[in-house]
Amino acid sequence: MNVIVELEKPLTELEAKIQDLKNFQKKTQGADLSAAIGKLEADAHQLKSEIFSNLTPWQRVHMARHPKRPLALDYISRLDDFIELHGDRTYRDDPSIVAGFGVLAGTPICVIGEQKGRDTKENLYRNFGMPHPEGYRKAQRIMRLAEKFHRPLVTFIDTPGAYPGIGAEERGQSEAIASSLKLLAGLRTPVVVNVTGEGGSGGALAIGLGDHIVMLQHSIYSVASPEPAASILWRDATKAEEAAKRLRLTSDDLFEFGIVDEVIEEPLGGAQRDPDGTIAKVLAADRRAIALLMKLDADTLLDRRYEKYRKIGAHTELVHDRAAR
Amino acid sequence: MAPTPNWLRRRAPKPEASSDPLWVVCPDCSERVYKKDLAERLFVCPKCGHHFRLGSLDRVALLADGDFHEIGANLATGDPLQWVDRIPYPQKTAQDRSKSGMLESIVVGTCRVGGVEVGLGVMDFAFRGGTMGSVVGEKIAMMLEECGRRKLPAVLVCASGGARMEEGVIALMQMAKTSLAVQRLGALGLPFVAVLTDPTTGGVSASFGFQADVIIAETGAAIGFAGRRVIDQTIRQKLPEGFQSAEFLLEHGQVDMVVRRTELKGCLANVLRLMTMRVPA
Repeated sequence: MNVIVELEKPLTELEAKIQDLKNFQKKTQGADLSAAIGKLEADAHQLKSEIFSNLTPWQRVHMARHPKRPLALDYISRLDDFIELHGDRTYRDDPSIVAGFGVLAGTPICVIGEQKGRDTKENLYRNFGMPHPEGYRKAQRIMRLAEKFHRPLVTFIDTPGAYPGIGAEERGQSEAIASSLKLLAGLRTPVVVNVTGEGGSGGALAIGLGDHIVMLQHSIYSVASPEPAASILWRDATKAEEAAKRLRLTSDDLFEFGIVDEVIEEPLGGAQRDPDGTIAKVLAADRRAIALLMKLDADTLLDRRYEKYRKIGAHTELVHDRAAR
Repeated sequence: MAPTPNWLRRRAPKPEASSDPLWVVCPDCSERVYKKDLAERLFVCPKCGHHFRLGSLDRVALLADGDFHEIGANLATGDPLQWVDRIPYPQKTAQDRSKSGMLESIVVGTCRVGGVEVGLGVMDFAFRGGTMGSVVGEKIAMMLEECGRRKLPAVLVCASGGARMEEGVIALMQMAKTSLAVQRLGALGLPFVAVLTDPTTGGVSASFGFQADVIIAETGAAIGFAGRRVIDQTIRQKLPEGFQSAEFLLEHGQVDMVVRRTELKGCLANVLRLMTMRVPA
């Protein structure tokens, strides 16, 4: 997290100074320091907007991974109601995916979220938010339930990617992701997707093919996390910063590409500075999208979903004569 | 025959890369093989049966009964990210074009296979490692839509390192685009067969590669989600022998059959014949 600590250092120092002054004023009770404090607070605000309005892609990667950033369960816990369901009914329960029935502003929904941990212990339990095949198979159960009861499906994406390991390969990581995608492609109920942290590769898309895609300002979404991307491109994971720069993975990029439908602005300094406000904004966006999508009949919904992705791509025509080579 | 250690093989010289115009050394048995012999034997080593990678035009010639009616033949990729690393991305693809003679990493069209008319798409590892960018997604969607219109079964032969990094999240979204097209085909009750050849990984195995009704793997092919380098860097432990080989996948219930190249066409024709048979009234 050095990138963020370093980034915030001047701000943290200034904020500490303001706190000192406030404490001093409280203690002495006589001295009126409010003018000085006011000036410093204005400076702090100015500094904050300078720092956070010009983030590099690499800094934004770290904002997306900020240890205090709201996680899937933080959003889910703000629903009116939630019952978590466990397991893929075949192998085991994968804690890196949480899923179940919920209620959002009076509407029953099904929820799937990729869940990271807050500390080392929790991260080991959640496998750093990297699902195994059984996680995606649990998600598929919930997708089918959403379709069966014609409830909107709401997903929260926050993963560096699907877990690359021996067991995951043996149990069919490819098949698990492929089947999730195919299921979402034909799911006859609205699918609203929130990219709230890291959207890394197929492991993110597996719960991300939907009708309305919401992305938090400082989240990222990419073909691969910068580290594996650098490893694939240049056989050198330490070039992650360069990969982050090239990959065009910020919310601005995703909106420009037409992949993300709506970007939710974060408070200055990031979602962790006002988790409640951020979560409320995201859930309000979901509620609006659901209200519109629930009005469409299933065939129209599927046609719309098909067209949304059908037009994503960049190709041209070249005259090519194979015989001439 | 013990499964080939894929990763050893991957680093071995490819026939087209060797400087010798007449001879090539088999990466499996280290025997010198006469190139002309190799081509006549479908690029299968006459000494040990090792399957060299096959270009998509050779693969189409192997599988199609006669004419192949290509779809989207002139499609080439744009540069959505304006990607530059060592050189700009358009220069990389230009090099791939002249090196491989291919315009992109896939050829799609319609033809007959053992008498059954099908939509056939074949990927080519020689172009950008067979990676999937905009053009692969577009061509597969075009082909599957044509299959839907003409009520044809679809066959996709995969050979790919996954999604193409240089097209970033646009490449990732081709997984969604192809999945939607596969789903539509399936909703029409049309058969879809995937043939996984060396290598099939990442965004290709995790989308249409494993969405097929029947999955055939070619002998010795490396198939998996994560590439070895990524797994190595994540778990830092020795991978078991034959890990991610076609035979390993068959054993783990991931594919329906493992088939040698010499028998591939016959096998595919049989599968298609049975899948398209109608129940008598």
